[in-house]
Amino acid sequence: MTISPEQLDNIALEYKKKVKIYDKVVKICCGTGCISSGSLKLYDRFKDIINLEGLATKVLVKKTGCHGLCERGPIVVFGDDEILYQSVGKRNLDEDVRLLLETIKSNKIADKLLYKGDDKTKRYVSPLDIPFYAGQNRIVLSLNGTIDPEDIDEYIQRGGYRALYKALKINTDEIIDWVQKSGLRGRGGGGFPTGAKWRSCKDAEGQPKYILANGDEGDPGAFMDRSLMEGNPHAVLEGMIIGGYAIGSNQGYIYVRDEYPLAVNRLLKAIEKAREYGFLGRNIFNSGFEFDITIFRGGGAFVCGESTALMSSIEGKAGEPRAKYVHTVEKGLWEKPSNLNNVETWACVPHIINNGWEWFASIGTQGSKGTKVFSLVGKVKNTGLIEVPMGKSLKEIIFDLGGGIQGDKKFKAVQTGGPSGGCIPAEYLEMPVDFDSLTKLGSMMGSGGMIVMDERNCMVDVARYFLTFLVEESCGKCTPCREGVRRMHEIVERICNGNGNKGDIEHLEELARAINLGSLCALGQSAPNPVLSTIKYFEDEYRAHIEDKKCPAGVCKALIKFSIIPEKCTGCTLCTHECPVKCITGEKKEAHTIDQAQCIRCGTCYDNCRFDAIKIE
Amino acid sequence: MEVDVGKLNTILNKYGGDKSYILAMFQDIQKEYRYLPKDALKYICDKLSIPFSKGYEVATFYKAISLKPRGKHTIHVCLGTACHLRGGPNILDSFERVLNVKKGDTTGDGMFTLESVNCLGACALAPLVRVDEKDFGKTTSVTVNKIISEFKDGERL
Repeated sequence: MTISPEQLDNIALEYKKKVKIYDKVVKICCGTGCISSGSLKLYDRFKDIINLEGLATKVLVKKTGCHGLCERGPIVVFGDDEILYQSVGKRNLDEDVRLLLETIKSNKIADKLLYKGDDKTKRYVSPLDIPFYAGQNRIVLSLNGTIDPEDIDEYIQRGGYRALYKALKINTDEIIDWVQKSGLRGRGGGGFPTGAKWRSCKDAEGQPKYILANGDEGDPGAFMDRSLMEGNPHAVLEGMIIGGYAIGSNQGYIYVRDEYPLAVNRLLKAIEKAREYGFLGRNIFNSGFEFDITIFRGGGAFVCGESTALMSSIEGKAGEPRAKYVHTVEKGLWEKPSNLNNVETWACVPHIINNGWEWFASIGTQGSKGTKVFSLVGKVKNTGLIEVPMGKSLKEIIFDLGGGIQGDKKFKAVQTGGPSGGCIPAEYLEMPVDFDSLTKLGSMMGSGGMIVMDERNCMVDVARYFLTFLVEESCGKCTPCREGVRRMHEIVERICNGNGNKGDIEHLEELARAINLGSLCALGQSAPNPVLSTIKYFEDEYRAHIEDKKCPAGVCKALIKFSIIPEKCTGCTLCTHECPVKCITGEKKEAHTIDQAQCIRCGTCYDNCRFDAIKIE
Repeated sequence: MEVDVGKLNTILNKYGGDKSYILAMFQDIQKEYRYLPKDALKYICDKLSIPFSKGYEVATFYKAISLKPRGKHTIHVCLGTACHLRGGPNILDSFERVLNVKKGDTTGDGMFTLESVNCLGACALAPLVRVDEKDFGKTTSVTVNKIISEFKDGERL
């Protein structure tokens, strides 16, 4: 089927008509986060009640993609950002469904389900007033949490596939010019200028050419690509089709992590619909241009997020990177010119085409244009996905949007860039976040994970964590990465166990240099970063472990002991219930004791005690 | 284990016998048998005309593929950065203790295989546990017992 722009208008109009008959629209977030908090059950139950009450013709209940505030899921939004209810059905499904119905029937706002301010007195009705959302500039995420990701008509009604139509009328060189001038840089890791990449691929000799989307979001702590693929899959497709046209490719691939089944599902449905509507296939919008997209599921290997490894994986081989003396834009997938961009990068493209490169370039900083989606997680109050203009400071992101540190503990560091990045300490909180400033601090943007750490997180343990991750995920091709990271891990493990020696820090730094110099792919080259950045900013913590055999944060099990301060213990018995090995005993309302022989030093009692009665030695 | 050649052929045909889809084929076979049986691996390699060693390389490179039989339910404890910071390792410890298996092993009754995973992408709900296709957010050592009993005695059997 070949679609015309008039038909596009008609579909939009039809959709509008279809929705207009409803008095109310209720959107229930069905992203992975909210689903795990029970949103599917809530959807079913609420839908049943609506039918039972005979309101099915008046109230439209729909499933949307991720709304961002995953911490407070399941999220329910009425109308266009009129009311936001949080944690709906989490404690009492029947009661909360009743409250939703009451809001529908009598416009009564359920105070209980509203988002509350820090002081517990302020209530927020519209999501637009909640600081978490108010500080954002949602462009890529604009339709996430708003549209039904499985309904192509709604995407079209919200302006979808207009950019494609517009692009197909423009000369391919001009499109690449636009992307270049917009200043768009790759959202997946290195921040390479997207337009320049497109240009090289277009100019490369050889046919066919391939368009690839990297949805192998392996950086632990980052989930924006998952949210986009699940919440607005057509935006990714539209960006890729435009890219295909500009570069001169007829075949696209989306490589999705094995751990993201819902994303695969939604993308498959979206592709099927796009084919049916003629956005994929032959003669798209009567332009003579032909394009199709295939989904490729990964196999649970972190290294496959690296461009050449990803391509090997699609070719049906083990996902090992290869040397890039010849760039993948010239010889990539099956030795043919291939243009790989991250999912979020592709989703930016329709916006640039629709609104112009000048608009995109007007957002952000000198070297980093546009907005960036970050996943704000760890010890921050409002965990979730946020989209802000490049250049917002870490402080604004963590304290204004994120609401500060959980339990009002002390901020220690924020980790960005995944296993290739580093930890940034409190003294740099004012730093504007963009590609270049993060690199300057010894970290990197990566795909946008921001993992906030507080005083209860040990930086040596964090270094050990990343090394464990990398030992497991190194593909094993290059000796410096395979063996070197393992040796670094042994040293840090030793330090955490209280057996650190003088000279360990220097030894780690030496290994780091060798790994950086001797590894083929960027993942290997950057593998020492988490260690180097923690040494750089938290050397005193390393010294405390090595010289004093102490873990100041109270994490490294071999160096700590938990005990109860009898004067402070009220005998509330909370710790006895939470203790996984049941090694805390005592009578109710009397001071408890910990059996040191049984204690596994997990710290659960310490984190749960409301009376500060547990001490770490 | 006896493998059903008919089923293998269906899977081969689904991908047009294209060897670049070997990983996808393995994933489909695993869905059927809960692991990749050796005979199935051999059969696929033969049909795709690739050496057994190449097929074995792919099967062992990717974590998603298991050459050992797995339990009825697979428990994935997420150890991504956010989960690590919010106590993921303690959750894994609890599962190991309660199920009396080590990470990577299957319980004696064949009910559970315990695995860790390096990020499931629901970091806002750390620490996360995925059992088969169901996610459990903000888990604690107390919920570990609940999760196990839900799958042991619940309607999911």
